[in-house]
Amino acid sequence: MQQVYLTIVLAPLLAAVIVGLFGKRIGRAAAHWATILAVGLSCALSLYTLVGLTLGTVEPWNENVYRWATVGGVHMQIGFLVDRLTATMMATVTFVSWMVHIYTVGYMRDDPGYQRFFSYISLFTFAMLMLVMSNNFLQLFFGWEAVGVVSYLLIGFWFKRPTAIVANMKAFLVNRVGDFGFLLGIAAIVMYTGSLDYQEVFSHVPRLSGQTMEIFQGSAWSVISIICILLFIGAMGKSAQVPLHVWLPDSMEGPTPISALIHAATMVTAGIFMVARMSPLFEASETALSFILVIGATTAFFMGLLGLVQNDIKRVVAYSTLSQLGYMTVALGASAYTGAIFHLMTHAFFKALLFLAAGSVIIAMHHEQDMRKMGGLRKYMPVTYWTCLLGTLALIGAPGFSGFFSKDAIIEAVHASTLPGAGYAYAAVLSGVFVTALYSFRLLFLTFHGKERMDEHTREHLHESPLVVTVPLVLLAIPSVVIGWLTEDSFLFGGFLGDAVQVLPGHDVLAEFGEHFHGPVGFVQHGLVGPAFWLALAGTIAAWFLYLKRPDLPGVLADKFSVLYRLLVNKYYFDDFNEKVLAAGSRGLGRVLWRTGDEKIIDGALVNGSARVVNMTAGVVRHFQSGYLYHYAFAMIIGLTMLLGWVLLTE
Amino acid sequence: MFTQILFYLFATVLVGAAIGVITARNPVHSVLFLVLAFFNSAVLWLLLGAEFLAIVLVLVYVGAVMVLFLFVVMMLDINVEQAKSGFTKYAPLGLVVLVIMAVELAQVIWVRHMGMISADELAPVAADYNNTRELGLLLYTDYFYAFELAAVILLVAIVAAISLTMRRRPGLKAQNISSQVSVRRQDRVRLVKMDSEERQ
Amino acid sequence: MIGLAHYLTLSGILFLLAVAGIFINRRNVILLLMCIELMLLAVNFNFVAFSRFLNNLDGQIFVFFILTVAAAEAAIGLAILVVLFRSKNTINVEELNSMKG
Repeated sequence: MQQVYLTIVLAPLLAAVIVGLFGKRIGRAAAHWATILAVGLSCALSLYTLVGLTLGTVEPWNENVYRWATVGGVHMQIGFLVDRLTATMMATVTFVSWMVHIYTVGYMRDDPGYQRFFSYISLFTFAMLMLVMSNNFLQLFFGWEAVGVVSYLLIGFWFKRPTAIVANMKAFLVNRVGDFGFLLGIAAIVMYTGSLDYQEVFSHVPRLSGQTMEIFQGSAWSVISIICILLFIGAMGKSAQVPLHVWLPDSMEGPTPISALIHAATMVTAGIFMVARMSPLFEASETALSFILVIGATTAFFMGLLGLVQNDIKRVVAYSTLSQLGYMTVALGASAYTGAIFHLMTHAFFKALLFLAAGSVIIAMHHEQDMRKMGGLRKYMPVTYWTCLLGTLALIGAPGFSGFFSKDAIIEAVHASTLPGAGYAYAAVLSGVFVTALYSFRLLFLTFHGKERMDEHTREHLHESPLVVTVPLVLLAIPSVVIGWLTEDSFLFGGFLGDAVQVLPGHDVLAEFGEHFHGPVGFVQHGLVGPAFWLALAGTIAAWFLYLKRPDLPGVLADKFSVLYRLLVNKYYFDDFNEKVLAAGSRGLGRVLWRTGDEKIIDGALVNGSARVVNMTAGVVRHFQSGYLYHYAFAMIIGLTMLLGWVLLTE
Repeated sequence: MFTQILFYLFATVLVGAAIGVITARNPVHSVLFLVLAFFNSAVLWLLLGAEFLAIVLVLVYVGAVMVLFLFVVMMLDINVEQAKSGFTKYAPLGLVVLVIMAVELAQVIWVRHMGMISADELAPVAADYNNTRELGLLLYTDYFYAFELAAVILLVAIVAAISLTMRRRPGLKAQNISSQVSVRRQDRVRLVKMDSEERQ
Repeated sequence: MIGLAHYLTLSGILFLLAVAGIFINRRNVILLLMCIELMLLAVNFNFVAFSRFLNNLDGQIFVFFILTVAAAEAAIGLAILVVLFRSKNTINVEELNSMKG
């Protein structure tokens, strides 16, 4: 199997290198064929692995392929850990990536950076696979940073736009904050266990769980909580949790396929995956789980609210992504790791679908993204409309759609959780359902229904997107609808992930929930009477009323609650806070250090000062230098005499 | 008893020669006094059983270094009178320093270490003792690196002395051997083709 | 009998005479150099005497190296003197103070 895994990882890398280095020479068609075939191969082999693992014909694999270096007893290896969790991620990543590759052929048709783009997304696939397939922290970190770099490159893909450059710099910097925590977490792990290998580290957990460390003098901190929280800070950066979420909406400056692939379906879920992978660690720390729960719940509800006031179609989807990532994080905090991974998978499909549909709309509108200038697109682009509707239904958790199963499982899991903060989280995710339905249908109604608000010129050219765009939409719509039915039972309650995810008996909220019903049909019946369904329905009706029935109402409401409205439009002033407090503060600090620390103390006192002292001393001492040879001879003789006298006197 | 007489005799001459070195009005005389001092030292070293060094002192110092001094002194035309004048200016200082140093030395030699090792304990020299051989054994084993370094220092001194004093005088006629060797035929010989002339 | 102290006294006297020589002949560089040679001789005397009385040949090895270095020093020093005389036409120390600070 080693060859298979190496092929899965290296095929996209090879394609990326070929296309990246020789893109101009081999031309456009060869560029997209090379990468599509390579990622298709990866996808096929990943699906083969997943099916094999599911049926039990393939054994879980955990071996090192290559030893890179050994430093002080710490082995740095390249190795793969392929179990059902990994295989699920591999299949999701490669499938969505493959769809995006195909879609890109249509979306980027006229772009001068065509080959570069394909090279980047293939490289991204490689990096993401390295991340999920890793069996040690170093390789995980490599993949973690590599996807970050590709994300940076792709957000700034249109590098002539100043906004894109600002956005990619922002993404990079905010991610550094998270990565700092992540790196500290890994360092703490190496310090306390002396190993980077997952299995070895996990075997140390029982020993670690009682240990404490001193960060400040005289304070005792649980080692495992510190490690987990540091690792989760990394996840907060990558998975855009409050307060490190600010980069994700801005990352929509990148091309839409990228928003679908990296900033919705795969890369941002790396943090979720990482926490699920580290479940033996996180289970040992209730503090960390509680922290995760609160952060996730905050993100899930408050970021969803922001989606209500955005007018850019991609930004609405971006905030929806933030909110859904919050749901996944809440699930992690409630120890429902399988629920989080399940939602990750379903979300990957329907969010990629929504982004690609938004991209399709954007193509049709000639790269106009403001929803206020759309409307009534349904009759011009039916395929996009219907797939988008399916994606929306999945997103809001309409019973039977994939999102319903995963989201309901999360809500129930939080309900059953007994950790501190679970009550807040339950309230947040439940009201989040209403908000989700509201902004999702607002997007759908504003774009596809109602009055046609675009200008004449655009309307004349409106038409359905080409096949390379619509085929991925359809292919993504199918799993968005049915994957819940197919996998829900085994995934959530059948122990599909097996040993990959470890839950302490006291935390096992899903098992508790699973006893209440049988099969997906039972789940749906259960869902129909739960509060989540009614809230979603209420959200839908509210959206219909506000944006179709009485389109004048939102403006009135915005005037009435102008304080709240401004708070939302300004995104809770996170950006202003970062800019005015953090950035300005560090600039001020830098200025102070520069002016007093560098110029006055180091340059003035140390460098020039010592030179001045030498100068002054020399000015005095030079009078002793008469230039006469015998004066020096006399000085030496007198010195000799004094030395001898000193020796005699002190002896 | 005989050694005692020899020691006092040569020591007296040595001190006298040293006084001569520092007081002679003519530098040439100073050098000659210094030669005498070295000779006497060599004899005293022989008394101490350091035969090799005594010979080296005579050969290297008197034979080479002092001759070099003599050369230089004679080569450079020094105004003797001027060089000796102005002695009194620093005399008080010199006297003070000398007295202090003399007291210190006396303190070291006579007060502290009086009879530290008396001559009676002196191990008699074996009949087949060979000073040169023993020195060589030590020099070429334990002190080999130092010996090599000393050789390098001498080489450096040779190179430095030559490069300091060598100068090219204008108008000096000398061979340039490298240009002589590298000369080619066509630089020297020019073959001219010409038609034969008619017989007259 | 002649003891160690005799030799040390002799070398002390030689050393003091050399120091006196430096004070007396402060104008003439060549004589200064010769006084330094005299000092070195005094030091060598000490080494040889100690070597004999402590029955240890290392002292003589030292003398050997001192002689080597002194020879090199004399050669270079005299070469410098010659160059100096050539350019300044004097070796009178009182006229040589271009190193004045």
